[in-house]
Amino acid sequence: MNLIQKARMKSPWILHFNAGSCNGCDIEILSCLTPVYDIERFGAVNVGNPKHADVLLVTGPVNRRNERVLRNLYEQMLDPKIVVAVGTCASSGGVFHNCYNCLGGVDKVIPVDVYVPGCAAKPETIIEGVILGLEKLAKMPAKPRPGRTSAEAEKVEAER
Amino acid sequence: MSWIDIGLRAFLAVVVAPWVGMLLVGLDRKLSARLQGRVGPPLTQPFYDLVKLLAKQGDTTSRFQTACLVLFLASNVVSLALVLLGGDLLVMLFVLAFGAVAYIVGGFSAKSPYSQLGTQRELLQLLTYEPLLVFLAVGIYLRTGSFLASAAFQRTEPLLPEMPVFVLTLIAVFGIKLRKSPFDIASSPHHGHQEVVRGPLSEVAGPSLALVELAHWYEVVLLVALASLLWASPLWAGVLVGLGCLLASIVVDNVAARLTWSWMLRFGWLVAVPASILNLIYLYATRGGGG
Repeated sequence: MNLIQKARMKSPWILHFNAGSCNGCDIEILSCLTPVYDIERFGAVNVGNPKHADVLLVTGPVNRRNERVLRNLYEQMLDPKIVVAVGTCASSGGVFHNCYNCLGGVDKVIPVDVYVPGCAAKPETIIEGVILGLEKLAKMPAKPRPGRTSAEAEKVEAER
Repeated sequence: MSWIDIGLRAFLAVVVAPWVGMLLVGLDRKLSARLQGRVGPPLTQPFYDLVKLLAKQGDTTSRFQTACLVLFLASNVVSLALVLLGGDLLVMLFVLAFGAVAYIVGGFSAKSPYSQLGTQRELLQLLTYEPLLVFLAVGIYLRTGSFLASAAFQRTEPLLPEMPVFVLTLIAVFGIKLRKSPFDIASSPHHGHQEVVRGPLSEVAGPSLALVELAHWYEVVLLVALASLLWASPLWAGVLVGLGCLLASIVVDNVAARLTWSWMLRFGWLVAVPASILNLIYLYATRGGGG
């Protein structure tokens, strides 16, 4: 493992987004920061800025209102990045899978790297999921995303 | 000062200092975690953060801001080199202020409202700590008869017993410069706190953010070096004074809440500045003895 891979493993800055979750999984994510689990031991920091984040933790089934927000946050994050879908709702839609307003999982909107099961997901499982994702993140090349001009972006926006 | 001596001090300022600063920032995070009943990250955590940021995709909304951050980093390096080489404290303050202004201009160049708001608060922080540093330099002048840092380093008796107020103002300056509570109003360092997202750094990401982290390491060492002027011989006592100020600002960070910019400005201009002036009056009145 070279230095860059090691640094990526040891310094995950995490962005947390609630895409219509019942708040159960969000409380479990926040409990990872408490003295009991203390994920800062592993260098993980909860950041509020997508441009600084490496890991996107998403909870909730994603509905038509916050789909755009989720995609926007994902696109603002710099490569390399991973997405962790936390909880049953984020993984598959859960009990909301066939609701008319729900899309049924984060992977309907953005690519997901790790699915963390549970309703609500346990803090131990969330930490395990992030670590699995980090192993993938460490191996990613830092290649730039395909560029998009503002005209193209407007076209994509209009299609939505 | 011989050429070897100058080379050695420059090497200390440019090459050794960031590593010391990295460990001090790591110690800060570790200590903050211990104060909160957590284990905390390893001491070398800031180093891994820096490497990771450098290896991220380079993408800022404003290239001009990145250029400003390069100037900010350079001004911190030059300021530290000026202090360690025994240079003029006033020149050092100008260089430091130049870096702070570059940081602010960079913050204003980003379109994000968080960046704009945070940068305006950054200006107010500058307005609060800058006079305190100038008064410190004047106080050192009143005792040593020179604005040169080398005059303070060569002085055999400590300045601190005659300048007690400046230790307290330095703790405030540490808090403001290192963005610690209750002064973390423009942006907050990465301990899980947020204020106007990241203030002037909201639009800075990847390698550009790494520049800021590196500048931060130099900044910590610079502040410790400034505080050590108060007890320059033996030098270890001065370093202890500097580390003591840093420790005090970390403890204050953990026991205090974030306050508003208006409180900070009132504290600076109604408490810290008059107290500094009183101490200066005392130094001026008794200047026959030591200087």
